[in-house]
Amino acid sequence: MLSRAVCGTSRQLAPVLGYLGSRQKHSLPDLPYDYGALEPHINAQIMQLHHSKHHAAYVNNLNVTEEKYQEALAKDVTAQIALQPALKFNGGGHINHSIFWTNLSPNGGGEPKGELLEAIKRDFGSFDKFKEKLTAASVGVQGSGWGWLGFNKERGHLQIAACPNQDPLQGTTGLIPLLGIDVWEHAYYLQYKNVRPDYLKAIWNVINWENVTERYMACKK
Amino acid sequence: LSPAVCGTSRHLAPVLGYLGSRQKHSLPDLPYDYGALEPHINAQIMQLHHSKHHAAYVNNLNVTEEKYQEALAKGDVTAQIALQPALKFNGGGHINHSIFWTNLSPNGGGEPKGELLEAIKRDFGSFDKFKEKLTAASVGVQGSGWGWLGFNKERGHLQIAACPNQDPLQGTTGLIPLLGIDVWEHAYYLQYKNVRPDYLKAIWNVINWENVT
Repeated sequence: MLSRAVCGTSRQLAPVLGYLGSRQKHSLPDLPYDYGALEPHINAQIMQLHHSKHHAAYVNNLNVTEEKYQEALAKDVTAQIALQPALKFNGGGHINHSIFWTNLSPNGGGEPKGELLEAIKRDFGSFDKFKEKLTAASVGVQGSGWGWLGFNKERGHLQIAACPNQDPLQGTTGLIPLLGIDVWEHAYYLQYKNVRPDYLKAIWNVINWENVTERYMACKK
Repeated sequence: LSPAVCGTSRHLAPVLGYLGSRQKHSLPDLPYDYGALEPHINAQIMQLHHSKHHAAYVNNLNVTEEKYQEALAKGDVTAQIALQPALKFNGGGHINHSIFWTNLSPNGGGEPKGELLEAIKRDFGSFDKFKEKLTAASVGVQGSGWGWLGFNKERGHLQIAACPNQDPLQGTTGLIPLLGIDVWEHAYYLQYKNVRPDYLKAIWNVINWENVT
């Protein structure tokens, strides 16, 4: 059907040629800063393990799972359903961490400005009250999971939520993710041990409000 | 009740349960030193795990039970249901860790003997196959949780299970817990980092088969 010339460039055309069954693999995004850039708030050893081991594993396992899913899609509903947990876990892990790295910055901290700050004041009363609520939601996760600031498109307001394990915010709740706080123990244990509240105190110093604002402005449209 | 009886109520609390007095839960002592399981599980992990994590479950369980007592007394069903997650989490955490410390020993490792070994061979084919299955179940927990060797009373056979977070085996599945493997990251991360399979390899060296038997 397609000429050889087109097939030869299929990797570039894969998004367009999706119906042919060729799939682009997911890849580990680069960290926008050095592993040590967020010190002393999150140390280099954590950042290196978190990015190059944990996130990398989600990416690899997601690609493997999608390959298997592609085969199951052609013939087997039971097999598809059996693959769902691995898809949600590794796919969610890849989505969540990809957002997380952009939510942090060595130049971060302080407070947001402009429309996002106004929305925070409107929906939570004040920036400090918002900070308290997101901190409480994150500290309170029982087990592994994430705290989130999300945008509720239906209601047009900001909302705080917590998700278990690697459940992605948008896929499981419909909220658009703006800012995520990873509270899996691997995110802080080497530095903060069992004292998750100290990690939460520290992470506010590296929140990239520019990125959170960009995400907010994009979903408000 | 006469003042004499009330004066001795603390000793009679288990008997006088109907009066509403409740004995608090307490952190069990570790049956060995924090460093006793080295090099398989290091002292820093054991100290944090026992004196911080387990201790917090005990304290929070006591607080939750106090609140639950009040809600129960008032017949406040909504409040009782709202307290359930905290009760399961902290209560499960206390139960699970209390079992775990006894499942481990500096003199552990090797294989069980006698009836337990026979049951393992009968229900899993061989000790090695059992070891593989429990290892796989524990490594495969997505997030925080526990791998378990349990006993199914109804069917009269051994069974491997995994539970999420601090969900206790018996309360959520009916299986009787024999041997638990904690795979929360706090159980191994300081020593094994992200390599949970290495922790699993190591922990078989300190399993207290006497206790499991």
